[in-house]
Amino acid sequence: MTITHSLTRRARAPQTARRTTPPRQSRGAWARRAPLLPALIFMIVVTQLPFVGTVVISFMRWNALDPDNKAFAGLQNYKEAVTDPQLRSSLLTTVTLTVSVVLVSLVMGLGLALLLDRQFRGRGIVRTMLITPFLVVPVASALLWKHALYNATYGLINGSLTWLWSLFGSDSPPQPDWLSSLPLMSVEASLIWQWTPFMMLILLAGLQSRPMDAVEAARVDGATTWQVFRYLTFPHLRRYLELAALLGSIYVVQNFDAVFTLTGGGLGTANLPYTVYETFYQAHDYGQASAEGVVVVLCSLLVGSFALRTVSSLLREETR
Amino acid sequence: MAATLDTPQRPRGFAARGRRGALGLLAWLCGTVFFLPVVWMVLTSLHRESDAATNPPSLGAPLTLQGYREFFGASTGVSPWPPLINSFSASLMSTLLVLVLSIPAAYALSIKPVRKWTDVMFFFLSTKMLPVVAGLLPIYLIAQNSGMLDNVALLVVLYTSMNLPIAVWMMRSFLAEVPVEILEAASIDGAGLPTVLARIVAPVVAPGIAATSLICFIFSWNELLFARVLTGVVAGTAPVFLTGFVTSQGLFLAKVCAAAVCISLPVLIAGFAAQDKLVQGLSLGAVK
Repeated sequence: MTITHSLTRRARAPQTARRTTPPRQSRGAWARRAPLLPALIFMIVVTQLPFVGTVVISFMRWNALDPDNKAFAGLQNYKEAVTDPQLRSSLLTTVTLTVSVVLVSLVMGLGLALLLDRQFRGRGIVRTMLITPFLVVPVASALLWKHALYNATYGLINGSLTWLWSLFGSDSPPQPDWLSSLPLMSVEASLIWQWTPFMMLILLAGLQSRPMDAVEAARVDGATTWQVFRYLTFPHLRRYLELAALLGSIYVVQNFDAVFTLTGGGLGTANLPYTVYETFYQAHDYGQASAEGVVVVLCSLLVGSFALRTVSSLLREETR
Repeated sequence: MAATLDTPQRPRGFAARGRRGALGLLAWLCGTVFFLPVVWMVLTSLHRESDAATNPPSLGAPLTLQGYREFFGASTGVSPWPPLINSFSASLMSTLLVLVLSIPAAYALSIKPVRKWTDVMFFFLSTKMLPVVAGLLPIYLIAQNSGMLDNVALLVVLYTSMNLPIAVWMMRSFLAEVPVEILEAASIDGAGLPTVLARIVAPVVAPGIAATSLICFIFSWNELLFARVLTGVVAGTAPVFLTGFVTSQGLFLAKVCAAAVCISLPVLIAGFAAQDKLVQGLSLGAVK
């Protein structure tokens, strides 16, 4: 509660213009608030209280496999979490994974959105084909990549290599084991495949909402395609780019399905959610897992306050 | 980029038309590349096991529904129906609960907004940024002590908390589209709140409600982490079943692909049917 509350405060700071309601009789105010309360109370009970529990457990020595040895442990768990090389490496993995997936899929999504913004035959079909990866259930798509595409002996990628090489009369094509030679990149590729359509959808909608009269006017004045993009389209797209990046990051930071399915967290692909899951679910070290969870939350606060600032500018624009 | 003017409406000459054709072709190429893994999944699911796992790939192999028959338990004795029904009921019930909670909240945040409504909006969004793993353990312990482990109802509550913030944001932006002048005119003409809601607000926001429900349903259907940690034999969902399918059966590629197709199909159909609304919903209503 306290943490997210301070988050909202900080994000609110740049907020200047907004719809203000004059103070009224308290009964009227409560009548207005009443519809809001069930949702608010539900969220506080289900998401904030458990986190308080996590903070409490993080100061305890508590392993489910050794239930009698349960006691207050002070900062011991935190000391271990912070000095644990595994947690540090999973922190780095999370950052690498999120940044690369979000950036690459954002750039590719922009390219695809620009392509689809034009008229061409079968545009609707291409759009539908491009959306499909986003609609495949994440576990299913992770399994698909792992077994049907990446597999070293019969996956589609290596199979295609064999086929291509045989076209040129060679029977010794390269057959890399993708998941063990490039584990993190393999996870990233499958996530980029999944998230590019999402970015494209939002950016395409952004492109199509741009005021065409300004573009027409610029063209009449002799602006080049590049100039139109640089000075009209891009500034208009900026908030859509930010929104797409923000929403993408929220989901990619927390990714569990791909890491769990593709590599099982091995070979340096364990991200923070997976590491916490492992400490809690496999090692049964409740105290340690909680301390790691708190560390994860502190890290996401850094990202979160930045993200909320982005959204607050969106909301400000709307209420103006 | 060449410094020529061309708009879709005004193709200039032969070169511009050629370039447009090339870009259209490029779009088709990109679309095909992105679509290929899905095609491959469907094709593999229709092959016999011996044709599915070959190198180089066997494109012309005879098609069979064997993989699907085995997925539905013809030979394995493991029925996918309980997990599919669990997924369906958890997703449906949580979607309904989300709507019940989010629509009034969004109403209080858009039409005649409460004071400091932006703070409330940010509170909702910030809960999405707290990693779910950070609250998982206490939830697990509470569920364990109250006998709620391996229970669909627990998933309903958690999926609701997962989707509620997004739904509030989406519904608020849909409700904000209702023109305030009309609402005021109606109440001056003596229409009560129920009439206003039914005759003016409902028709405007109905597509928004549909989009919100669809997205909540999809996210719940897709969820793995909660379901994996908090369910077991009785309440396991389709994604959990899918991960277990590989380990318990050994790898049978065609069968796994058939399973993946079956479990993705509801989401695919719903998503295709509502492409445009999906975009508006996914962007929290920021994109019209």
